[in-house]
Amino acid sequence: MPNYAYIALIPLLPLAAFVVLGLFGRRYFRGWSGGIGTLAVLFSTGLSLWAAYRYFFVDGKVGEGYHQVIALKTTWLSFSPGLSIDMSVVLDPISVMMIVVVSFVSLMVHVFSMGYMKGETRYGTYFAFLGLFTFSMLGLVLSGNIFEIYIFWELVGCSSYLLIGYYFDRPTAVAAAKKAFIVTRLADLGFLIGILILSFYAETLDFRTLIQRLTDPTSQLAGITSASFLGISLLSWGLFLVFVGGAGKSALFPLHIWLPDAMEGPTPVSALIHAATMVVAGVYLVARLYPVYIYSDAAVLQVVLYAGAVSALLAALIACTQTDIKRVLAYSTMSQIGYMMLALGTVHSAGEAGTLGFTASMFHLFTHAFFKALLFLCAGVIIHRVHSNEMKDMGGLRKLLPLTHGCFLIACLAISGIPPFSGFFSKEDILLSAWHANKFVYGIALFTSGLTAFYMFRLYFSVFWRRQVWGGDGHHGEAPVTMKIPLVILAAGAVFAGFIPFSRLVTYDGLPQETHRVGVFAIAPVAMALIGIFIARYLYFKESSRPGRVAAALGGLYRTAYHKFYIDEVYSFVTKKIIFNLIGRPAAWIDRHIVDGLMNLLATVTARISAGIKGVQSGKVQDYALYFFAGIAGLTVLFIYLYT
Amino acid sequence: MWVDIILSLRQELIVAVIIFLLLFIKIGAAAYRTEAMLHFINLLLLANLLLGFFQGGDATLFSGMFHTNRLIVLEKSMLNLATLIVSLQAYSWLKGHRQVLEFYMLLLSTLLGFFFMISSGNLLIFYLGLELSTIPLAALSSFDLEKRRSSEAAMKFILSSAFSSALLLFGISLLYGATGTLGFDTLAGRLDGSAFQLFAFIFILSGFAFKISAVPFHLWTADVYEGSPVTVTAYLSVVSKGAVFFIFILALYTVFKPLAGNWYKIVVLLSVLTMVTGNLFALRQDGLKRLLAFSSIAQSGFILAGITGSSRGGEASVIYFILVYIFSNLGAFGVVSFISAQTGRESVNDYRGLYATNPLLSWVMAISLFSLAGIPPTAGFFGKFFLLMAGAGKGNFVFIGIAALNMVISLYYYLRVIKAIFMDSQPEPIGKLKIPLLPKIAFLVCVAGIVMTGLVGGIYDYIYSLSKGF
Repeated sequence: MPNYAYIALIPLLPLAAFVVLGLFGRRYFRGWSGGIGTLAVLFSTGLSLWAAYRYFFVDGKVGEGYHQVIALKTTWLSFSPGLSIDMSVVLDPISVMMIVVVSFVSLMVHVFSMGYMKGETRYGTYFAFLGLFTFSMLGLVLSGNIFEIYIFWELVGCSSYLLIGYYFDRPTAVAAAKKAFIVTRLADLGFLIGILILSFYAETLDFRTLIQRLTDPTSQLAGITSASFLGISLLSWGLFLVFVGGAGKSALFPLHIWLPDAMEGPTPVSALIHAATMVVAGVYLVARLYPVYIYSDAAVLQVVLYAGAVSALLAALIACTQTDIKRVLAYSTMSQIGYMMLALGTVHSAGEAGTLGFTASMFHLFTHAFFKALLFLCAGVIIHRVHSNEMKDMGGLRKLLPLTHGCFLIACLAISGIPPFSGFFSKEDILLSAWHANKFVYGIALFTSGLTAFYMFRLYFSVFWRRQVWGGDGHHGEAPVTMKIPLVILAAGAVFAGFIPFSRLVTYDGLPQETHRVGVFAIAPVAMALIGIFIARYLYFKESSRPGRVAAALGGLYRTAYHKFYIDEVYSFVTKKIIFNLIGRPAAWIDRHIVDGLMNLLATVTARISAGIKGVQSGKVQDYALYFFAGIAGLTVLFIYLYT
Repeated sequence: MWVDIILSLRQELIVAVIIFLLLFIKIGAAAYRTEAMLHFINLLLLANLLLGFFQGGDATLFSGMFHTNRLIVLEKSMLNLATLIVSLQAYSWLKGHRQVLEFYMLLLSTLLGFFFMISSGNLLIFYLGLELSTIPLAALSSFDLEKRRSSEAAMKFILSSAFSSALLLFGISLLYGATGTLGFDTLAGRLDGSAFQLFAFIFILSGFAFKISAVPFHLWTADVYEGSPVTVTAYLSVVSKGAVFFIFILALYTVFKPLAGNWYKIVVLLSVLTMVTGNLFALRQDGLKRLLAFSSIAQSGFILAGITGSSRGGEASVIYFILVYIFSNLGAFGVVSFISAQTGRESVNDYRGLYATNPLLSWVMAISLFSLAGIPPTAGFFGKFFLLMAGAGKGNFVFIGIAALNMVISLYYYLRVIKAIFMDSQPEPIGKLKIPLLPKIAFLVCVAGIVMTGLVGGIYDYIYSLSKGF
């Protein structure tokens, strides 16, 4: 076996940057922090590309297809003789693809941030956090067992929390960080229980063994498929709960509420975490356990399918109404992730053609990373220049920011699925797999792709056209060179990434596939996208009252979408009104009035009766004894009940 | 023969020797410097911890009254360690106290009581050990001599304890009546689950439930924890609770094993009640001591969840969690105790902006609270994970779901404190405090323990290999 030990360096270099910058950054090299962090990630990226080259083209292929390689493995904790946790590094097509994406986007964001964050007081801390995040994310995708992935999963959550709350003097940023943390923690709860169920029955935490054991019909693990809870097999429950964990991280409906608020973080962070890497962790997790998902009840993948479709549509509708440039992009991210999940969910119903869904999903994940990171970084340049997130403060920026304008346009074309940009190919595959799986979902996906083109070009025209020139002061240059380079590189990626023959490299079983792209099939989506673009041009190319009239005509729908379908309100109703009022208040009330009150009453009574101890003793102890005795009585009753 | 007995009893003997040594110093010596004395005593406690580590074989003494094995030695060493940490943290508080020697005599008497309790092979010795520890504990609760709250706490503690002891003793007598024996080894054979035996068992169970502050036997906890000096509270919540859990799990898994079908459901119920109540009350506390008191009630609920596992893994996970809990809870209580001794401020709001003035204390507090909340990669996460894993072994996933949900609820109030420390500010933050050597060592030990216990895989392995199981 070829030596893959150097893979361990890929996550460890950013970790080293985090440790060095975190401990000494502020004291010793303030200005250099960005350089140090970038250098570390540069090496990681180089190693990732090298690893990808070696794996895909030199020695990853055994016989016909790609096999999983365990690059490193050490036993870390062992629970019992049969069950232990290994720290291992796993290479297979999807993890190799992910390390390339993560390290590459992280590198771009590092370079961009050197210009964007210049002059911040906590410049070093920022790069330290970026390093921590990159480490956690790389560790997550390389994890070889479910427990390891859970730890990195939480670390990713923590570093995301730190980065969202980077501007901790802004109350909104702190609130957003807290919201993101709590919502994803709640989803992680599902993940944890799912892990417990799966690993308890499979008696292993290692992905490969777990998959082998759970998908082998002859094994003695019939327990998990036959044992059921509420009529659904425990295997399905476990997988469903794992999916819930993934849905929280990936901001799928209805657990998406944290993502738009997370835009309070610095814009490059949004590009890295909330567009290209962390939010696709859920997709990655489902892809990792894919063989088990296929093996289990069809219902689980149906849930994945519909959760994806609903998220894609809903987020696209909301994106059409938002006025904050970063929020539009945030909802767009949610919508695209919905696409990826949808593609993963297509398998069961489609059989042979369905395995295309897996490749399509990974392909879209790959291309999306380029154009979405590009969009966010462009937004970063614009915000840097305009000092506002609101679309109304922009308009006519094309002359002031020519390079950004070009890049933004490329990214918009890519995300809208216009050939030959990268998004076209991946979206085409997704639509094809949806077509084979479920015509209704295909309809949703097709309609959403029209919406995508519409809201992206709404953004594009409002920011760069709409007026002749931008109204603000236009004397400074466009942006420092460190901010321009990543834009150009990512734009190149957004144009050309679609030509990579993905179906030969990343497939569900490792064997290369031939995709049969049908030219005729592309007509409908491209036509939808063009219609979307033309509507956007009609409405937003010049300042006019047309958008307002359309909004008025749509009335209720527009308002509902503008208010994000009131999902935040529903959550706050549930948490504040129901949980707080129904549980918290009564508990507090009982404590204050009944427990305390009873004790105070008894205290007064006792104090009056026994004049000798008046004032000194609170008299509560009698009450405690009473409760104690009530407890015993309760237990006795329970025992009697159990006994008979 | 004598050598064997001495070796088997060495941990008890060392503690007893230290108690007498302190007594002689108290009677004989004229004057001593408090600081020097504190250093001396802490050295003695360190020696006690180290000597305890020497492995002896399994032994049964005094016709089955006392027994020891490697697991029990480990448990006692854990208690020794916790006592040492508590003592180191108490430095700032005891420095200004006049009755230092009495404090330690009482403290070590309770420890001796716990040792006998853990090693007991007979319900009588168990009861004696329990009482030997309870009465000095009540005296310790009142050790803030000039504070009325402290005396009140002691009063409540002694009265509640007397009540619970009486009922426990009643249960023991009934059991004796039913079976004609009190020895652990013979008792298991004579239990057949008849109604009378079960009735006796309820009283014994509630005696345990009182000590581990399981709901609804927990009411004394908040008041006593709040009124006692913080050092004593820390000791109560960690050493006392840990010791009772050690013997509780031994009793349930060996002596009362024939009644397992009966106690399983009861322990599940107690666990749920304890977690939920502890967490819901902790949510609305502003005083840190009260918050930690309710949080420690909730933690007891989690330990009970591990006990329901009824397996070797269940026993190992409980002992492992208590080790983690020693570090985490003492870390948190240590900070509260230190700041309380220096400034007298104990509410969450007082801690706003602490990070700006006292970064070390802030980090110790944050790491401890993260561990209590069970966030990876702190040891608390592994502890909770093993407990839930053991509990899940019974296949009762609704129960495990409730437990996991409680982990999220508890996160809220732990994070509230962390937010106050790191993100909020106030006009009069706690000033910059200088940390003397001894408490600093204690803090570092706690943090190191929280980090290492989780990451070093061998620890759980070792405990598992010693566990006897169900």
